[in-house]
Amino acid sequence: MPARTDYQGPMSHSVELDHVGVTFGTTRAVDDVSFTVEGGEFFSILGPSGCGKTTLLRVIAGFLNPTEGRILIGEKDMTPLGPNQRPTAMIFQSLALFPLMPVWENIAFGLEARGVSKAERRMKADELLKLIALDGYGDRMPGELSGGQRQRVAIARALAVEPQVLLLDEPLSALDLKLRQHMRAELRALQKRTGVTFIYITHDQSEALAMSDRVAVMSAGVVQQVGAPRELYDNPATPFVATFVGETNALSCTVKGIDNGIATVETAHGTLTGRAGDGLSGGAAAKLYVRPEALKPKGGVNRLAATIERIDFEGAFALAHGVAEDGTPLVASIASTELATAPAIGEKSGFGFESANAVVLPDV
Amino acid sequence: MSELYRRFGGGLGTVFLALVGVWLAGMVLAPNVMMIDYALRPNLPPSQIGGPNDVYSLDNILYLANEGVHRAIFFKTVWASALVAFVTFLVCYPMAFWLAQHATVNQTAVVLLALTIPFWINEVLRTLAWYILLAFRGPLNAFLLSLGIIDEPVRWYGDGGVLAGMTYAYILFMLFPIYNAIESLDKSQIEAARDLGASTWRIHWRVVIPHAKAGIATGCVFTFMLAAGSYVAPALLGAPGSRWFTEIIYNWFFEGGDWNRGAAYALVLLVLCLAVVLVTLRIARVSLTEVAK
Repeated sequence: MPARTDYQGPMSHSVELDHVGVTFGTTRAVDDVSFTVEGGEFFSILGPSGCGKTTLLRVIAGFLNPTEGRILIGEKDMTPLGPNQRPTAMIFQSLALFPLMPVWENIAFGLEARGVSKAERRMKADELLKLIALDGYGDRMPGELSGGQRQRVAIARALAVEPQVLLLDEPLSALDLKLRQHMRAELRALQKRTGVTFIYITHDQSEALAMSDRVAVMSAGVVQQVGAPRELYDNPATPFVATFVGETNALSCTVKGIDNGIATVETAHGTLTGRAGDGLSGGAAAKLYVRPEALKPKGGVNRLAATIERIDFEGAFALAHGVAEDGTPLVASIASTELATAPAIGEKSGFGFESANAVVLPDV
Repeated sequence: MSELYRRFGGGLGTVFLALVGVWLAGMVLAPNVMMIDYALRPNLPPSQIGGPNDVYSLDNILYLANEGVHRAIFFKTVWASALVAFVTFLVCYPMAFWLAQHATVNQTAVVLLALTIPFWINEVLRTLAWYILLAFRGPLNAFLLSLGIIDEPVRWYGDGGVLAGMTYAYILFMLFPIYNAIESLDKSQIEAARDLGASTWRIHWRVVIPHAKAGIATGCVFTFMLAAGSYVAPALLGAPGSRWFTEIIYNWFFEGGDWNRGAAYALVLLVLCLAVVLVTLRIARVSLTEVAK
């Protein structure tokens, strides 16, 4: 359960997807997806573009009927209901603010639709403007605001209808990097403050890892793994998750044996060991995945030899790109503070890693 | 201007400017100046033209102001044209919305083609088709009689016939501007409004119509102007009780033989139409350049 430090209100609704599938013509956009988002959770759906994540969000919002399966919000079946009958509010990728209405009317639009009086609407809008730190901006037009401010207005407009679940469709993708990082923290804080369940769609794995309580990783319409960010990073369940979430080195190998959760594998670089993933069996073709930051110039029970081709300085760390003798590319992350003692370009160097920092998954 | 010269060079640029000048001076300005000149002079036998009686006065315009029947027909033409614009809007808006937001590419192509084909035929013939449809012993009456909706044939000619004929004739002038305007509306705005709980009516009133305002104003201005200046539809589909002001102008020119009074009537119609258009645009807060687009 997420830590909700200062939120004291009632628990928001949970969202349960029960064997949801969506087919467009001959295309299977979403295939048998089941997971439960707990009430008050910040939940992300992460995947490359075209993986079906937006389709899934539109199914939860009610814009799209699933071909099969059910959507339960607050344990009630919402499948036959339209978007205006669900306790959800959506924040669109384009934000979809109404450009011809002043900011306060945008925010109060949902209340207007519910027949709330004008004075009360204005009051509620001003309250929400305070919440998003845009006090006194009520009479401006959306076009007069900056990207980040518009972003916050869109959030306020969605919160005005007091939704149980807020659905966000890559809302930060149009912002520049600095603002995006700022808005990440702000969204996270807002979610904690309001206690509303957030379902957040993104193709940016660092965004998903940084903000979410849990993440579902999707590929080709299928949910590959659901877990906390650390869990996905440290214990990827499938090769897709291992390569999509964070940087990794993949080494082809054959499994020799599994002992006490540790697999011994035969690779072009000799015999290596790593934690055995699900479904791994002896003699099978597999891949060993090891993160760049797990590769150290010194030490480690497993050693690899590589020639350093280039070193990309990234600020806090540098990425050393090397090539093993058989041509396999390798990437090691070196902290900037240790760059002075790092191997030089063109140098043949060894890298080591511990078994616990590598995972072996069956090849697909 | 300098852009024109930069793009086409001195020779071609000058030709273009000259052509526009000839167009404006010869085809827009000169006829209107002549009409104003005619309108302000008395109708005299040829021998007296240029004589002591040929002086400028407002007599022709004042004649209209004092002639009760003509005045009534004039105002009726103005409000009936507004009604034509309104009814055409009611017919076109749902269709434009559907075409712009919901129809597939193929559906749009078929519908637009079906709407455009009748316009390949001359306006007189198109109106004649309505003349046949609406005849006392015509197909519409026969159809309604056979369904039992009416007990005896209805006389459609008159206000109803004129309204139907004109709405049909000007549908494209209303449809295209509104269609273009609605097409540029981001679908997610409609979805956002629906997601926030707005009814269909509220989505249109608060989101779609404000966005399409310039297109709607353009369509209404076109339709109003065309209706007010229409001659064929009222002549064919009208009845003695539904005379159009253009018919009076026609009569002055070609039956009364008084071109001066005809010109004065036409001038008044032009000025009033312009006033109605400008006031409408002001109320809708749309500028004339937006309409010209």
